Amino acid sequence: MKITQKDVEYVAALANLQLSPAERERMEKDLNSILDYIDMLSEVDTSNVEPMAQVQSVSGNGSFSDPLRADELRPSLPRELALKDAPQSDGSFFRVPKVIER
Amino acid sequence: MAEDLDLSLLTVSSARIAVQERQTTAVALVEKFYKKIESEDRKPGQTNAYLALTRDRALAQAQKLDKIADAGEPLPPLGGVPIAVKDVIVTSGVRTTAGSKILGDYVPPYDATAVSRLEQAGAIILGKLNCDEFAMGSSNENSAWGPVRNPRDPSRVPGGSSGGSAASVAAGTAVASLGSDTGGSIRQPAAFCGVVGLMPTYGRISRYGLIAFGSSLDHIGPLTKSVKDSAILLRHMAGHDSMDTTSSAAQVPDYEQEIGKLVRGLRIGVPKEYFPAEMDSAVGAGVHGGIDLLAKAGCEVKSISLPHTKYAIPAYYIIATAEASSNLARYDGVRYGYRSRNGKTLSEMYRFSRDEAFGTEVKRRIMLGTYALSAGYYDAYYLKAQKVRALIARDFLEAFKGVDAIITPTTPTPAFKIGEKSDDPLAMYLADIFTVTASLAGIPGISVPCGESADGLPIAMQILGRHFEEGTVLRLGHAFERARATPQA
Repeated sequence: MKITQKDVEYVAALANLQLSPAERERMEKDLNSILDYIDMLSEVDTSNVEPMAQVQSVSGNGSFSDPLRADELRPSLPRELALKDAPQSDGSFFRVPKVIER
Repeated sequence: MAEDLDLSLLTVSSARIAVQERQTTAVALVEKFYKKIESEDRKPGQTNAYLALTRDRALAQAQKLDKIADAGEPLPPLGGVPIAVKDVIVTSGVRTTAGSKILGDYVPPYDATAVSRLEQAGAIILGKLNCDEFAMGSSNENSAWGPVRNPRDPSRVPGGSSGGSAASVAAGTAVASLGSDTGGSIRQPAAFCGVVGLMPTYGRISRYGLIAFGSSLDHIGPLTKSVKDSAILLRHMAGHDSMDTTSSAAQVPDYEQEIGKLVRGLRIGVPKEYFPAEMDSAVGAGVHGGIDLLAKAGCEVKSISLPHTKYAIPAYYIIATAEASSNLARYDGVRYGYRSRNGKTLSEMYRFSRDEAFGTEVKRRIMLGTYALSAGYYDAYYLKAQKVRALIARDFLEAFKGVDAIITPTTPTPAFKIGEKSDDPLAMYLADIFTVTASLAGIPGISVPCGESADGLPIAMQILGRHFEEGTVLRLGHAFERARATPQA
């Protein structure tokens, strides 16, 4: 077994997930079974292979445009629209539970 | 009059003609679709393809088009064509949930580029379509809003994650739809429901407004009743968009003209890795039948090998989940989406919000992706998977030196039963075994129905082409459809 309950707790904390005890147990089982399958990647000889992070590297030159635009001011999302979907706001800012203890 | 129109037979071109020639008004057509949706889709036990209806927006667009047609002026190219949109694609002022409770009340302030381009070309947006949560799934059973049923057999899944997109077109409750494809999410449900599904080249259609899953793998594409409809819709969505820096500046051909060209002389590769000995016999027979028809039309058929095929699923499930774990970090209950009432501190609020509102599969993928990116495992999993991805792409580039297109089955089996694989994540992942390869390489692929199983379930073949050569893929699909419709001597 690659993944223990301790690993599940550690990764859940990294991912900001709480997970109930039952979920953690199920997660341990599922992740181990998936990772066992994924282990077949170790059969592949990848020495001298560059990692492929983006399709642009193989889909041909000149097809993708220069991502930089002129550095000019452009209108952005108006504040009231940006706040419209917030679970809690004071009209100017998003509100969250208190971060700093006095 | 509108009463005579059979909605299930309407295509993109025939819908426009019907409105242009005043066989129906656009308003009457829209009302007729809503009546069909209300009576066949929305009740308990029915298809459940639609999550939201955009009646006001559809009627406003329809009235605009009716004025043009009444004046005897030509309609725009998609004028009067009723289309529905997968719920991972944002629509201004219309609730967009991505199939998730965490976006249950989310009303986006903007439109996805693909949606605004279709609407500008005259299409009418009918509503939003059910899908697996954040497009993560192969059966549409992972939607927070209940599963979609396959219109061809309600006890079976429609495929996923664009299950509602495929089911609505198959049921005739939309003329065409938009889906998204990260590892097969357009092509696989299209195959299960017996419709045409196109994943264009990565970057061909802007991803602006597509709720992100795996950003180096995400595509928007059309699901339609015919290859010709697919060609028409692609043309109106494709092309560079300044809002998506990965969208391509490559020229967009007139695909409708492309599909009219002869296929004689085109070289088709048939990769042996996609036809294993234990394969479903009906799938094998259907796809070989399709290849034979194209051979009769003058294509040259060659046996080829794509040696890294079996490593595609493991590489994909590392890369896609790693990207997803990063993309889904934004759902924290602060700016939009669900917020738990139970968190007393900021950190608790994050954790409880995500815990209460994400579904099981989404949590599983976030966990897998976070693990693959975590210290000590990055090289062994994430970097390794990216290197294998490069080898899979190289297999295709090598093969395309000798052939113009590649034909495979879209799926290993026809549609499976609801509940059949929902407790076994690995079995579900293997449903994508023939579609993830093209996603990793970023090449275009189309799924075209090519037969039926003994139970009458649709079987489909997948046609893959070189980067930015959707024209070839569509042309072969169209030639096949025509050959199939012609009685054989």
